[in-house]
Amino acid sequence: MFNSKYEPLIFELSAEGRSGVALPPSDVPETKAEASIPREMLRQDLPLPEVGEVDVIRHFISLSQRNFGVDTGFYPLGSCTMKYNPKINERVAGLAGLRELHPLQPADTCQGALRLMYELSEALAEIGGMDAVTLQPAAGALGELTGMLMVRAYHERAGEGSRRVVIIPDSAHGTNPATAVRCGFEALNVPSNERGTVDIKKFKELLGPHVAGVMLTNPNTLGLFETEILEICDMAHRRGALMYCDGANMNAILGQSRPGDMGFDVMHFNLHKTFSTPHGGGGPGAGAVGVKKTLQPFLPSPTIEKSDKEYRLNFNMPESIGRVHSFYGNFSVLVRALAYIRANGPAGLRAISETAVLNANYVRSRLLDDYDVPYGDRCMHEFVASAKRQKDENSVRALDIAKRIIDFGFHPPTIYFPLVVEEALMIEPVETESLQTLDAFVDAMRQIAQEAREDPEIVKTAPHNAPVTRLDEALAARRLDVKWTPGG
Amino acid sequence: MLRKIGAGDVSELFAVIPEKSRLGTDLFVPGPETELEILAYFRNLARENLNLEDYACFLGGGVYDHFIPEAVSTIPQRSEFYTSYTPYQAEVSQGMLQAIYEYQTFVCRLTGMDVSNASMYDGATALAEAAIMACDTVDRDEILVSRAVNPSYRATLATYVSGMGLRVREIPIRDGVTDVAAMAAMVSESTGAVLLQQPNFFGCIEAAKQIGETAKAKGAMFVVSADPISLGMLVPPAEYGADIVTGEGQSLGIPPAFGGPLLGIFATKMKHVWRLPGRLVGATVDTEGRRGFVLTLQTREQHIRRERATSNICTNQTLMALAAAVYVSALGRNGFRQVSNLCFQKAHYAREQLRIAGVEPLWNAPFFQEFAVRLPAPAEELNVELLRHNVLGGLPLEAYYPELKDCMLLCVTEKRTKQDIDRLVSVVKEYVQQQVRAAHI
Repeated sequence: MFNSKYEPLIFELSAEGRSGVALPPSDVPETKAEASIPREMLRQDLPLPEVGEVDVIRHFISLSQRNFGVDTGFYPLGSCTMKYNPKINERVAGLAGLRELHPLQPADTCQGALRLMYELSEALAEIGGMDAVTLQPAAGALGELTGMLMVRAYHERAGEGSRRVVIIPDSAHGTNPATAVRCGFEALNVPSNERGTVDIKKFKELLGPHVAGVMLTNPNTLGLFETEILEICDMAHRRGALMYCDGANMNAILGQSRPGDMGFDVMHFNLHKTFSTPHGGGGPGAGAVGVKKTLQPFLPSPTIEKSDKEYRLNFNMPESIGRVHSFYGNFSVLVRALAYIRANGPAGLRAISETAVLNANYVRSRLLDDYDVPYGDRCMHEFVASAKRQKDENSVRALDIAKRIIDFGFHPPTIYFPLVVEEALMIEPVETESLQTLDAFVDAMRQIAQEAREDPEIVKTAPHNAPVTRLDEALAARRLDVKWTPGG
Repeated sequence: MLRKIGAGDVSELFAVIPEKSRLGTDLFVPGPETELEILAYFRNLARENLNLEDYACFLGGGVYDHFIPEAVSTIPQRSEFYTSYTPYQAEVSQGMLQAIYEYQTFVCRLTGMDVSNASMYDGATALAEAAIMACDTVDRDEILVSRAVNPSYRATLATYVSGMGLRVREIPIRDGVTDVAAMAAMVSESTGAVLLQQPNFFGCIEAAKQIGETAKAKGAMFVVSADPISLGMLVPPAEYGADIVTGEGQSLGIPPAFGGPLLGIFATKMKHVWRLPGRLVGATVDTEGRRGFVLTLQTREQHIRRERATSNICTNQTLMALAAAVYVSALGRNGFRQVSNLCFQKAHYAREQLRIAGVEPLWNAPFFQEFAVRLPAPAEELNVELLRHNVLGGLPLEAYYPELKDCMLLCVTEKRTKQDIDRLVSVVKEYVQQQVRAAHI
């Protein structure tokens, strides 16, 4: 499946005098750089490799063959929603009229781009049950920062700037507490109860006049719906705190339930999860943020507004938290997300969550004999299994199982997250996979459980069928090598 | 499937959602549409925009219309790359990890720094993160930023630090560059970071060495936001003492795309590596001793360190870093220099021709590929005239600098031919003469 051929670094392919691109000679009278720029500002050496076009292409194609993507196989990576990325989205994002656009060109020359963003904002507001949406945040974590800075601005305007605490469940994504601190808040953990949801009694104890907000993911990272969400929002609101929804798990509730209707005041969407835009090896994503009317004045500037028949950027927002991006966000990602929404329509969006939840429950049910699933009788779009049994009985850890599943042609699940589950294997099968694929994955996982009992070494030394065997992460940190050096 | 689960129908699986928060109706969104309909819809939207394929673009200001070789466009479209996730599972992600390691090396070679991360969102957020990292490092709370830094970067900086108790003060401009004397008077024992853009927003080349030395004499960190294309020609910021180098990498093979996705460059000295925000790829070996690559020093990051992480960043702009790596690989030593030099040559020709046509440059400082001019009338009006001649004119500056009424920032990349430039100049000349005639009537 993989290309196991060793691929040199691009620097190791270099030979003097080569170039992969020919450029036309200058067609204007020459200006001597030395005459115009102080000599000490002019560069002498430019240590870049010299490689011909075909070798550059072969190099990167060879690398692509050493990489796993959704297009190469099943990717049940919990919390990441690795669904199929429809090809039509790539096509429309590549249209010259949507790609060869300068962000500073006059508004009357980019009405189509502004309309596109306006329509996507409207659709996301509807899907989240929110009143307004900004598309500026380039990723989920930037969405969180945007949202929580708005929460802060809201309290400050109300003369309650002393609210300095944000309550976050212990099962939350790491970005939540990291973001809270970036906004000047203190992150306060609320533990999960024995059911894996927010311990509402402890939550009530933590709520006080110093609490600015609560950051919740619903369904949570255990794949469980917070059944007491209405009470939680109500309690928070009564104590003057705002509710932030981390929308990473929207795939579970698309068209079924809206964070705005649960009582959330602000949320972010991960367009690269729920709305099928590719993850790009870790980005670009897009972390659009939806807010209720109360927070609307604080939205990042500019917002996109529609007047009669014209769309325009509105920079005149005196209470805005300001900008969070050089321009208007990851526009090409927004194009893909709107294409996805239009492709699915109302019934299609609802079918996404139905199938995602059905698939997750099916895989969960079929794995119950071989793996522990410590929380919940059923799940939403994902569930968290545990390799505790395998670890206790055969010293096979979640990490080993993850590496072994590679040999069967699957991407490993998310491991060791959330932290509340020991030896966690977080599995999110998504809606785009066939029953055959789900069954093949389950069969492989069951076979691994059997191997753990009968031949644990094969699991512990996996992967055996990847471009490299297990890599020494400790060595990488100890002997830090983060760039190529000649002869190094 | 339902039988295996033990459920009667799918709706049972959603029974956990409280009745009151269930959506009783269909969402009010467009669709469903087939591919054919989607393509038609987006083509219509695309037609409502003027695009750079049909217009000669002289707009810069943070996004640049550089040439993207076909070999560079094709690689990020490989779906093994673009449909992959963050390479946490290194054994199945060697391709992307190695490409990012190469990208990190390129950034270090261009900037002269020791270590580059795997990318930030864009030039604005990279600069803001650098300011925060600098203040953390020296444990101070004041940031000095030149007013010649891109206005949207300064706006993003202000937002980013607003929650962190850091103060931002702006260093004034003098003759198109940062006022060195004013800066020296402002920097103090509480200054954590001095932020400069090179070339600055007006395209002018800053006396960076002097500013850096002044900053560091007071114990502040020196942060430079550099245009990578200019580094084919200008000395690497490490040589004039930068502690952190950031920048907008869109110029490195990434389409303008209405301002996103972009590429945030972030590099620093090895002694600060533990404070680096974002992901970092390192080389290691597998159990058979073969070279391989992994994400390393992850204990800096939010998924491990949570509230004590160096930043909250998770998703970054990896695919753009890949594009940049391919771009630098394809151009190589000679091609990269050539692009840099072509931008410089053409921009200087354009400015000189405009001067001959009666449009004076705003400043005399040395510049790279952008320059500001003063017009006899509002810049927006000239732009309307230019559009009629299929020219996308420069950026009117008054909205960002109220004192720069009727001023325009022009950018000339290697893509502009002499013919494009001459067309620009002839329209401007005609326009200026009209204004002069009108003034005499």
